[in-house]
Amino acid sequence: MVPLMALKESTLDPATAVHREIIPAGEPWMGSVKRGQHFRIVDLEGNQAVDTLFYSSASLDERYSAQDTIRAQENIYLSSGTRLLSNEGNAMLTIVADTCGRHDTLGGACSAESNTVRYAIEKRHMHSCRDNFLLALAHWGAKYHRDFGKRDLASNINFFMNVPVTPQGKLTFADGISAPGRYVEMRADMDVTVLISNCPQLNNPCNGYNPTPVEVLVWESL
Amino acid sequence: MAEGAPYWMLWEELVVGGAHWSGLLRRGTTLRLIDVAGGGNVSVLLYNYDDRLERYNMADTLKAQHTAYLTRSCVCYSDMGRILCSITDDTCGWHDTLCGLTNASMIKDRYGEARYQEHRNDYRRNAYDGFLNELGKYGLGKRDLAANINFFSKVTADEEGNLRYHAGHSTPGAYVDLRFEMNTLVVLAACQHPLDPATTYAPKEVRLTTWHSRPAPRNDPCRTRCPENERGFRNTEVWCR
Repeated sequence: MVPLMALKESTLDPATAVHREIIPAGEPWMGSVKRGQHFRIVDLEGNQAVDTLFYSSASLDERYSAQDTIRAQENIYLSSGTRLLSNEGNAMLTIVADTCGRHDTLGGACSAESNTVRYAIEKRHMHSCRDNFLLALAHWGAKYHRDFGKRDLASNINFFMNVPVTPQGKLTFADGISAPGRYVEMRADMDVTVLISNCPQLNNPCNGYNPTPVEVLVWESL
Repeated sequence: MAEGAPYWMLWEELVVGGAHWSGLLRRGTTLRLIDVAGGGNVSVLLYNYDDRLERYNMADTLKAQHTAYLTRSCVCYSDMGRILCSITDDTCGWHDTLCGLTNASMIKDRYGEARYQEHRNDYRRNAYDGFLNELGKYGLGKRDLAANINFFSKVTADEEGNLRYHAGHSTPGAYVDLRFEMNTLVVLAACQHPLDPATTYAPKEVRLTTWHSRPAPRNDPCRTRCPENERGFRNTEVWCR
């Protein structure tokens, strides 16, 4: 049973966004968000994991750190109020609105190789988040940073994904708690490069066994 | 020689509290980490020695084994679906891999500054800089810092996800055995856990003991822990062939 969480809506109107883009099911996306801008991800059809990495636009030496974020807030789930910290301990973005209530940062990203371990050797051919990340970096990475590659794929966030941990230390991929139209919105506290894989995983309930599109929106600083 | 270590021991070394260390542990070698005084913490990163783009992956390790912590019969997965090392013995019962490591500002805020200039080698160290020191020796840097393990530390999450650090979890002489399934670059820092509420800077020493060990047999408890690990060993053995 998922405990009641504080949901927080945004006052921003999608009609005033400076950028709106649909990420089709199973595809990657890259973009930049400037300090002060608001960045929203909308789970259009519900229960869609959005694997996300953030990098300082200034240097690949600074990126989102799942462990620093968890440690600083002494809580494993991300929700409104969470400061997404870098490996250098700086706030990269702050979650300012969240109508889902809980997001994961322990479950990582699926890959062809981890699929062979988790499901079966013959699942290697299935499309995966790491393939999305690597292809996005191969095609577009150089537009953002020099030598942007596999070593930069650190622990990510899975927006809208539900990975409960019990007090006894059991970790599971559970049915989603998101629903159509739910969103998470962040304010950038520094200029960031965003790398997203709209998760194509079909072997567990993270996408309700039916990957669907999501939308990203950016607003100018308030 | 450490109690319980076999006669075919390779070498041993004492890493003093706060210090950092790195080295190669080959496939077929076991490394025992011993928390000599108790209450210790050892932050650890693991890389495939022959291809350092392949490294310990917290998420793949946890989700393959449906666990949020490490103990005996768990294995440590790389991001390539292979097993870097197996935990073949453990007197501690719980090792954290969620909470990360200490950095310079954390140490300064909690314990105050103690620079080399005044304190010589008793200066206050942190695991982040310790890792960067070691990684630099292999041409690795900040971009290669993955989520780490904290051996000897227990942190649980309640139903709402709130973390609780369990003080006094590791007792004097507690040890954990890592049997390496691949040639692995081990990077470690004997620094306090980042959630350790202790008000004094007192990182504990850790003793390293290594010996030759056999490859995992068919009935190895790490291999048979779950079908995922059977496939992880298969992937590893294919790669090492």
